Amino acid sequence: MRILRLTIRNAFRHRLRSVLTIAGIAIAVTAFGFLRTVVTAWYSGVEASSANRLITRQAISFIFPLPYADKEQIARLPNVRSVSWANWFGGVYKDKSQFFARMAVDGDTYFDVYPEFQIEPDQLAQFKRERNACIVGADLAQQYGFKLGDIIPLDGDIYPGHWEFVVRGIYRPRDKTIDGTQMLFHWDYLNERIRQESPGRADEVGWYIVKIDDPARSAEVSDHIDALFANSRAETKTETERAFQQGFAQSGNVIIGGINFISFVIVGIIMLVLGNTMIMSARERTREYAVFKTLGFSAKYIATMIFGESLVLSIFGAAFGVPLTIGLVKMFEQFVPKAWFPVFYVEPVTYVLAATAALLVGVAAALFPMQRAMRTPIVEGLRFIG
Amino acid sequence: MKIPLKYIARNLVTRKLTTGITVAGVALVVFVFSAVLMLAHGVHQTLVATGGTDNVIITRKSSNGEISSIIDGDTQSIILTLPYIAKGANGQPIVSREPVVVINLNKIGDGVSNVTVRGVSEPAFALRPQVRLVEGRMFAFGSRELIVGQAIESRFAGAQIGDVVKFAGDQWKIVGKFEAGKSAFDSELWGDALQLLNAFNRGNSISSMTLKLERPEAFESFQRAFEAEQRLNQFEPKVERKYFEEQSEFLSLFISVLGIFVTVIFSAGATIGATITMYAAVANRTVEIGTLRALGFRRRSVLTAFLLESCLLALVGGTLGLVLSSLLQFFRVSTLNFQSFAELEFSFALSPQVILSSLLFALAMGIIGGFIPAVHAARLKIVNALRGA
Repeated sequence: MRILRLTIRNAFRHRLRSVLTIAGIAIAVTAFGFLRTVVTAWYSGVEASSANRLITRQAISFIFPLPYADKEQIARLPNVRSVSWANWFGGVYKDKSQFFARMAVDGDTYFDVYPEFQIEPDQLAQFKRERNACIVGADLAQQYGFKLGDIIPLDGDIYPGHWEFVVRGIYRPRDKTIDGTQMLFHWDYLNERIRQESPGRADEVGWYIVKIDDPARSAEVSDHIDALFANSRAETKTETERAFQQGFAQSGNVIIGGINFISFVIVGIIMLVLGNTMIMSARERTREYAVFKTLGFSAKYIATMIFGESLVLSIFGAAFGVPLTIGLVKMFEQFVPKAWFPVFYVEPVTYVLAATAALLVGVAAALFPMQRAMRTPIVEGLRFIG
Repeated sequence: MKIPLKYIARNLVTRKLTTGITVAGVALVVFVFSAVLMLAHGVHQTLVATGGTDNVIITRKSSNGEISSIIDGDTQSIILTLPYIAKGANGQPIVSREPVVVINLNKIGDGVSNVTVRGVSEPAFALRPQVRLVEGRMFAFGSRELIVGQAIESRFAGAQIGDVVKFAGDQWKIVGKFEAGKSAFDSELWGDALQLLNAFNRGNSISSMTLKLERPEAFESFQRAFEAEQRLNQFEPKVERKYFEEQSEFLSLFISVLGIFVTVIFSAGATIGATITMYAAVANRTVEIGTLRALGFRRRSVLTAFLLESCLLALVGGTLGLVLSSLLQFFRVSTLNFQSFAELEFSFALSPQVILSSLLFALAMGIIGGFIPAVHAARLKIVNALRGA
């Protein structure tokens, strides 16, 4: 009991220094939590993927299309429940810096295959009725102020020309792990216009989304699909949605690797701030510790005091840092375009990691001054002048 | 009277451990800060080196990169009727019509990535003198052969001379390896444009058209002639260097925004570290400060001395951080450039601007961190200070 009181008293003896140290730790914990959030946001597509969806695309690379005719063949395979498809539209809205996903999808099946995009039945029905209707995500609608009935003009690049779409629905992401920044419209409409303007490119599909009955059979079904089109002009590569998203996420692995690295550098910085404070405190109290020893307190007792003090500071730092993380994440969201990180929130495990890092640092920072305090002989300690 | 600099520097040496820790903190922050700037600069530098200043590249106006640009045959013919296009020794215009696609290749080690395959016509090599063959031989026009950029050769499995890459229902043999002066072309595969168009069934729809002007200054006249032609209003000519420079924008911006956001936040941590150290320095030297003041040094001199000490601390840290990050220049990294949707190899590149910003950044940490403790020191009353209160 007495040691606990002594420890807390000691921790705040230099009030300014303690406050600064706690602030330093809090900032570092915040930065750590923020960076982990960036990493998880980057992999959000992987996390949100469903085990019963496969993605079939051209084997050469994602930019090459598949024939529309493949659909029937895939749908006939055993264990396949339904097949949907989509094309990446690209294009420009207003100017080139306004980036968000714009895709032509099969209006009849797409929202069945992606139940996480939730939409009012009457809006969906309205969308299905109208050729040039589109559905936008709630986050996108909020960012640009899109309302039902608005017209969204796009300049096509992959599909040249001027395009206009009417907003007939706004989908809500099921939860915060789901991307709410997509714009989806009818593949049929795109295809009709392409057939008129450049007939050679009609009836092409960007990728198929294959819904299967049993996730355990995904490898088997994938092999079946790819075998169908082996040695054709458009060979396919089928993988689980998870593997597909992983491939995408991995393409930025240098940047994400860098962020990961920096988040560990930050732990190093917390260590330096706290370590510095602990070393200075213990150094200033060298004489005091010698007096303690003279009075008969063991070296272990003194070490425990230092250890406890370090821990107290790191606990306070973590306690302030965790709520700060939420604030910082919010601020970053205001600061960068939503489409950079469509899914951006702090995962619970991030809090745990950040707090754990702070505590570990608390332990590590105490080691050196503890050792020094234990080893200093009484006479030398008494003689110490700072 | 000023307090000698030597006194200030000596003070730092006295408390080696604390000084060392603070320096290390600043060094880490500056290391990360400069590394981020170097990375963004590296992307930019690589793409700037890619484009020539007297070449013009024509793409579709609304396209973000060459792969999403399409130029049909009629448009190509119209472009060729424009004035100011340089002609080669054979009287033909110096033009390369290039289909650009990306294919998946396996990275050595792990993962798959997109690699640009560029079809070129013969004048391409006159247009891009930085491209030179270093191993093997040139691909033969009229056959399904490729030459590989050195960055792809060293990073991807099955992309070495003698290997066969399979795409578009055909086998493409890699017959040579080229270097392109550390530009984006280093991260590409090149082959005969006609063969690629043929294999991909694209008719004569190319992605971009690169041509040489009679004189570099003729660009504006060329642009006027281009814009005057109604049938070309969906297309856009750009100086090649500017075009590729713009291809670096998004990736550079992404790296910078993310990186600078982070460093600014945790520079606050390092600044607090510097404050703590300087406070301790003031507290430990109360008697000393009293003595200085008793000797006749003014408050302003004491303030300056402590501020300078803090700045020195930060500059030493900043320099250390820069030295560390400059070692990064030996590393080349490769990642997906979102705009071209393909792998791009680049290195961390140091520039005078990066050095200056990093040192200023360190200095700012020193000044902000040292200011309050320095004011505190200057405000001490002589009598109290001498008593060591």
